Parts: sequence; C-alpha cells; structure tokens
Amino acid sequence: MDQILGNIGLLFEFPIVNFKIVIDGIMIGALFALAAYGLALVWGVMNVKNLAQGDFVIAGGYVSWWLVQHGFPALLGVPAAFIVMWGIGWVVYKLVISRVIERDLFTSLLATFGLAIMMAQILNLLFGSDTQSVDLGYETLYFADGLIDIPIAKLIGVIMAAILAAGVIIFMKSSRMGQAIRATAQDARAARVLGIDTEKVYAFTFSLNAAICGAAGAIIVMVWVIQPFYGITHSIRAFVIVTAAGLGNLPGVIAAGLGIGALEQYGAHIFGIGYQQAIAVMLLLLVLLIRLIQQLRVRQVLK
Amino acid sequence: MGNNKIILYAAILAITVIAPFVFPAFGTQLATLWLMIIVALTWDMTGGQMGYNSLGNIFFYGTGMYVAAAVTIGMVYDVGEYTSAHGGGITSFTDQQYFTGMFVGILAAGVFCSVCAVVIGYLTFGLRGPYFAIGTLGVAIAAGELVSNWDWIGGGQGIALPVYPGDLDEGKVFFYFLFALTGVAVFLFCRWLYQTRFGAAINAIRDDEEKADAMGIHTLRYKLVTWSMAAFFVGIAGGISAFQLIHFEPLETAYQTINLGIFMVVCVLLGGKGTLWGPVIGASLFHVFKEVTWNYFLGWQWVALGALIVVTVVYFKDGVMGYLLHTKPEWFGVKIDQKASEETS
Amino acid sequence: MSDVIIDVQGVSKSFGGVKANTNVSMQVERGGITGLIGPNGSGKTTLFNSIVGYHPIDGGSIKFEGQEISKLPVQKIARLGLLRTFQQTRIYGAMNGVENMLISLPHRKMSLLDALKKNTREDYERADQLLEFVGLYEKRFLKSGDLSFGQQKLLEFAMALMNEPTCLLLDEPTAGINPTLINGLIDRLKRANEEFGITLFVIEHNMRVIMNLAESIYCLAHGEMLAQGTPDEIQNDQKVIDAYLGAH
Repeated sequence: MDQILGNIGLLFEFPIVNFKIVIDGIMIGALFALAAYGLALVWGVMNVKNLAQGDFVIAGGYVSWWLVQHGFPALLGVPAAFIVMWGIGWVVYKLVISRVIERDLFTSLLATFGLAIMMAQILNLLFGSDTQSVDLGYETLYFADGLIDIPIAKLIGVIMAAILAAGVIIFMKSSRMGQAIRATAQDARAARVLGIDTEKVYAFTFSLNAAICGAAGAIIVMVWVIQPFYGITHSIRAFVIVTAAGLGNLPGVIAAGLGIGALEQYGAHIFGIGYQQAIAVMLLLLVLLIRLIQQLRVRQVLK
Repeated sequence: MGNNKIILYAAILAITVIAPFVFPAFGTQLATLWLMIIVALTWDMTGGQMGYNSLGNIFFYGTGMYVAAAVTIGMVYDVGEYTSAHGGGITSFTDQQYFTGMFVGILAAGVFCSVCAVVIGYLTFGLRGPYFAIGTLGVAIAAGELVSNWDWIGGGQGIALPVYPGDLDEGKVFFYFLFALTGVAVFLFCRWLYQTRFGAAINAIRDDEEKADAMGIHTLRYKLVTWSMAAFFVGIAGGISAFQLIHFEPLETAYQTINLGIFMVVCVLLGGKGTLWGPVIGASLFHVFKEVTWNYFLGWQWVALGALIVVTVVYFKDGVMGYLLHTKPEWFGVKIDQKASEETS
Repeated sequence: MSDVIIDVQGVSKSFGGVKANTNVSMQVERGGITGLIGPNGSGKTTLFNSIVGYHPIDGGSIKFEGQEISKLPVQKIARLGLLRTFQQTRIYGAMNGVENMLISLPHRKMSLLDALKKNTREDYERADQLLEFVGLYEKRFLKSGDLSFGQQKLLEFAMALMNEPTCLLLDEPTAGINPTLINGLIDRLKRANEEFGITLFVIEHNMRVIMNLAESIYCLAHGEMLAQGTPDEIQNDQKVIDAYLGAH
C-alpha cells in the first residue's frame, strides 16, 4: 500500500514522469488500436466476435522474430508478417469462421476461443514459452535530463503503425473491395441482392484482419515483448477498445486505443508491472459497466 | 417415474458406489469425472437453461478453493504467517482440526461463492450474449491475476493444505465419494429445479427475455438466484478440489480459465445444451476421450483439445441429446401436428 | 367522477429531431375498453412504447394507478399489472400451448418460494380453461411455433389473460388475422373485459374493429392528439376523416 501511495506521489512530485508515461502509453496504444480496428472490421462486417484476435497478433510477432533469427533484416518482418498472417487468416476463415457466421454469437465466440487456445499452444510448441523480442539496434533519445527516454525503435514502430492504418483507411475508402466490405457491413442481404459476392467479402475481410494483426504483432515484437500466451490479453484489449468506441467509429477506436495504452502504463506505474494483465482486464470490466449504465439510463441493455 | 427409469438410476448409483473399489488405480480420474459432471451441470443451469453463456464460472471454482483453504487454515493458524512459512514448521493439524476445518471450509466456499455470484451477477446481468460471456471471462482472469499478486494467501506460489490424515488410497476413495455425493446432489437438484415454475421461468428468459420481462417475470431476481445456486455447487467442488490437490496455485490450478473453465462449456455442448442428461453424458465422453488419448499426442494434447473445442462447436453444436431429440423426437414426447404441417406445405 | 387507471399528461417523444409524439394527453378508464387509432406513422406505437417503458420520454408524465411510471424499466411496469402484447406476436415457439400458458402464470404475485414449487392442478385447469376460451384447446399439446399466425395471436392473448393483469395493452390485436376470425376475437376481447374485469387499451388500425370494441376512442395524427370521444363522435369528426384521407 505504501509503495502504491509512493508511486502516486512520484507523479505529483515529478510531473514530467506523467509525460513519459503518456508517451509510452500512446506508442503502445497505437498498436492496440490496430488490432482493435481489425476486430471492429470483422465484428461489423460478419458479426463474428473474434477471441483469437490477440493470437493473430502474437503469431505475427513470431513470424518477424523467426525471420530475424534466420538473418533477415527486422523491418522486413512487418510486410512478411502481413502476408503470412493473410494466408493463415484465409485458411482459418475457410475452415472455421465461414461455418459459424450465420450461427448464434456464442458459437462464434466459443469457436474462436478454441482457436485461440490452439494457436497459443502451437506457438508454445514451436517457439517455447520464453518471452521474445527483436532488438533493432537503434539508439535511445533522452530528454529532460534523462527522465524521458524514447527509443528510436519505438518511434519507427509508431510511424509504421500509422502508415499501415493510413493504408487500410485509404483502401477501405477508395477501392472496390473496400466499398463492397462497407456495403456488406451495412446490410449483407441487400449487398447480396446487388450482386456483391458476400462470401468473398467475408473471406477477404477476415484475411485482412489477420494480416493487420500480424503486422501489428511484428511491430510489437520490435518495441515490446511477445510470448505464446500473451494473446488473450491482446484480445481483451481489442474488446475493451471496440466496446468503448463502438463499431464503425474509426476516430473513436484510435482515441480509445491510445487511451487504453496510457491507462495501462499508469496502472503499471502505480501498482507495479505484475498487475499488467489484471489492469487490462479491469479496464474491460470498467468499460462494460460504464456502457451498461449508459444503456440502463435509456431503459436498454447492452446487447 | 417408469420402471425403466428406476432401473437406470439404480444401475448408475450402483456403478458410482462400486467404481472406486473395482478400479482403485483410477481413483483420482474417477473423482475428476465427477468434478467435470458437477461443473458441466452447473454451467448448463445458466448456459443451457437460462441462455446466459458464462465463460467465467471457473471463478467460483478458484474462489471456492481459496476460501476453503483460508477458512480451514484460519481456524488453526494465522493465514499470513502460515503462507509466508511455506508450510515450514507450522503445518500440523490434528484429525479433528482437519475434518472440522474441511467441513466448515467447504461449506464456507459454497456460501461465499453464491454471494459472489449475486454481486457479480448484479453488475453483469445487464450484459447480453457475447458481452456477458466476455465480461465473465474478464472477471475470472482478473481474479486469477489479483490472487497471484496477493501474498497473504500465498501469491503466485500458491497455498498448501494439510495432507489427508489417513492412508493414501483411503484418501483417494474419500475424495471420490465427496465429489460423487456432490455430483449426485447437483443432479437431483437440477432435476427438481427444472420441473418447477422457476425452471420454466428461466427457460422463458432463455427463449425470449424481452417477452419474459413484459410478462412481469422477475428476470433479474431469477437470474441471480440461478447463478448463485450454480456458484454454490461450483464453490463446493472447488473446496473439495483444494483438499484433494493439497497444493494449488492461482493461474494454472485455481482460476484455470483455459482448462477446466472452457472444458465445462465443451462438455455441455458435446452432451447437449439445455437438457438434464446432456452435461452428464458430455462430461463423461469428454473426460474419457481426454484420459484415453492424452498420452498418444506426444505433447500436442493441448492443441488437440483446442481442435476438439472448435470441431464440437462448429460441427456438433447440438450435442448427443440434441441429435437424439432431432432423430427420435418421440422419445421425448414431442408431438407434431401432422394435419397442420400438411396444410401449410 | 370516473376512475382513471392510465393517465398520460403532455408526453413528448422525438427520435433524433423527428417528433413522434408532441404534448399527448389521454386517460384510460378502469374497467373499460379504450381505443387508440390513427393513420400510419401517427405515433401510436411510440406512445404505446412510452407507456410500457421501452424508451425514455422527453417530457410529460405517465401514471398508472396514480404511480409515476415514465422512468421505470419494462419489467417493473409489467410487475405493477400493466401488461402488453406485441404487434409481432411473441410466444415461446419451442414450447407447446400448455407450457406457454404455465410460463404466463402471474410471477409478479409469487414469492421466490412459490416459484420454486411445481405447477398445481389448478394452474393446469386454468390453462386449459383459457385455451378453451380462445379456442385452442384441441391444439394445446402442439409446438406453438407450428401454429398459424392467427392462432399464435390467440395464444398470446390467452397467455396475457393467464397473467391476471389489471390492465392489458393490445398492440393491433387483429393485424394479420383472417377477417372471418376477427368477429370472434372482438367477442372474446369484450368477454375478457366483462368476465375477468380486465381494463383494455387497444391500438388498432382497423376502424371497423375499434368502433365495435371500444367505448372511448382517442385519435392521433402527426404525433398530436386529434380527437377524443365515443365511436359515434369519432366517426363523424371531420378532423379524423381528414386525417385518415390525408387531406389538410
């Protein structure tokens, strides 16, 4: 308890520490937002709530890590993870997701939960249960007498996340496939009537989601750590963000992603790093409760 | 009750009683089978009968373990001192302390868990469908993480209970019968509950909660009561497990979200959701499958279990009972209006 | 002075700028049959949903037996004895008729201990009586989902009676029903009102039905209360005729 109060005191004593925490949080939150955007996409288009989302992230991280272990440059990992996870996403869609789309929501939730367990265990068997990361070998920039440190690797990570996000947004706005995806999200039946091959749209959307997650994971392995069983926490973060922001609300997803990142960093600072997972989950419960109270005020429930 | 049914029940009871003596080598596995039946039956109370698919029922199992342990130890020693000593020096319990502690501890586990269910349910029952599932999963994960940071009850190292005072094999049989007794009690309880007006009302909540609301059914009250009844039994099962396992730790044993926490759901789906016998059949099938095949997967067991979950959910969602209901509706006394269906077709 | 059971005063409700109800006031008298008519989009269902608690209202007050209910959620209002049926009939399709009836027992009058009992012989007898009353006795053991739409509507009506409401709100009870069955339904609604003493508040699109059924009629148009009176008065009210013909 004393330690917690001490940590809080530190925030007031050295206000600059807040600045560092927020910057750290925003940098990692940008990556959370990417995975959450993918979840919102799949959720909105085919109404599948994918609990394997975080495992796609982790798998993408391992693709990049494996490449680096075999002598490839680290930055190549991001496009490589994008492509590999695209393929895996497509296979997963064809084998599992395509068969649960029209079923009740719990079915898809449970099927993706089983998938999450499988993927985590496979990664564990292939790569072992140690935490892994990729060192880009760049320097760290120091500000404010060394109280703020920003590794260049993290800056590169944020920039790549921004490029990826911009690319996806432009794609969704201007390409034919992007338009078809948005049309299907609004009304799948009407889209079918108008001659859109929704099956193709679904497969594309899910693959795209897996690829976005994979690329996010490849960035995460450069700026943070990965471990086979970290997937579920990433999935929960994605759910927190989407629940807080709502579907089809891109600025909301980005804002919520950055916010969750910052809140988690604050939590880790105050309670200690051991509580990181607990904090992510507590944020989920908090967001659910707030949304629920909002709904109750208009005499509704959270469906 | 027909004659056939009486024979069936008597046969199952007989097998239950003689099983641990006929297969003494499998005492622990048989006890675990009953544990699976208990958690599957109780999961089905909310998941199958009431339509609230919780992924967090494992919370009650883990909490039950810890409550039972803390109460039992607390009756004799200071819990904080006991856990910080890691069992070094102060672990002697007399037989009387052991059995009184066990009785009180397990009962306290059940009661505490039903109170937890009311509190958590009050906060989460406004959530529907997937939100409820994810929310309850969040509760279970959060609890595991918090407990593993709580040094008073052993933190991530876990906690150790005294060993059964008698012979080792006798202990196995003892715990088997504790589980079996609880399992039979849960089964009979569910069998009675589903025949009451209450049982019909929770079915109504599952099929159309909005209509149930509009008819003035106390939906929230019934949901809370159902979940707290389920939590009571899961808490008791957790308490028994604590004594059976002797030592346990928070993430892998107590709040084992991705093991038992998801197995119970798969058991119910495998056997048939929303039926009395489905969870029992499903738990038996699942447990036998798991125990028989476990050693042949050479390290890939967990992957195989994940695959089993996916395959069950995707291809065999209605389970054994659902399959029978579909192919042999007359066994269940379902009548179909021949004339009407001819008219409409 | 007559006894008012539902008292709606100055209720307004808009959906994102579209005014569905503006300053609507009306009273339902205890023991009678009150009707609400109005052309499509006049705000009938909005008013109905405001009363039963489906959405918050923007202003005004709704009282049931003197108690303010405009802030209560659906289930609490239902538990006061103000019951509704749905326009798109809602029954438990997987269950048979008798099971549907037994689920409709008035749980609001039960303690938890009562609920944990099995259904009594009286419950079964009452279910059978009411099924007989609506003419579904022969089909009581059939899966309700297999019944025709009209039969499902009758079953929902029987379920509502089983629930022993003080006041029953019916949302277009004759919509989608074979015209030859409508007279029978009107007759049953009247009998439910007389024999069981249930106050009825009926939203109806079909003018002929409401004129035969209700003692007092309110007419909504463009979200505002246009007229109120006996069937004769309403039938001869120029404003009502204009509203239905779309003239202004």
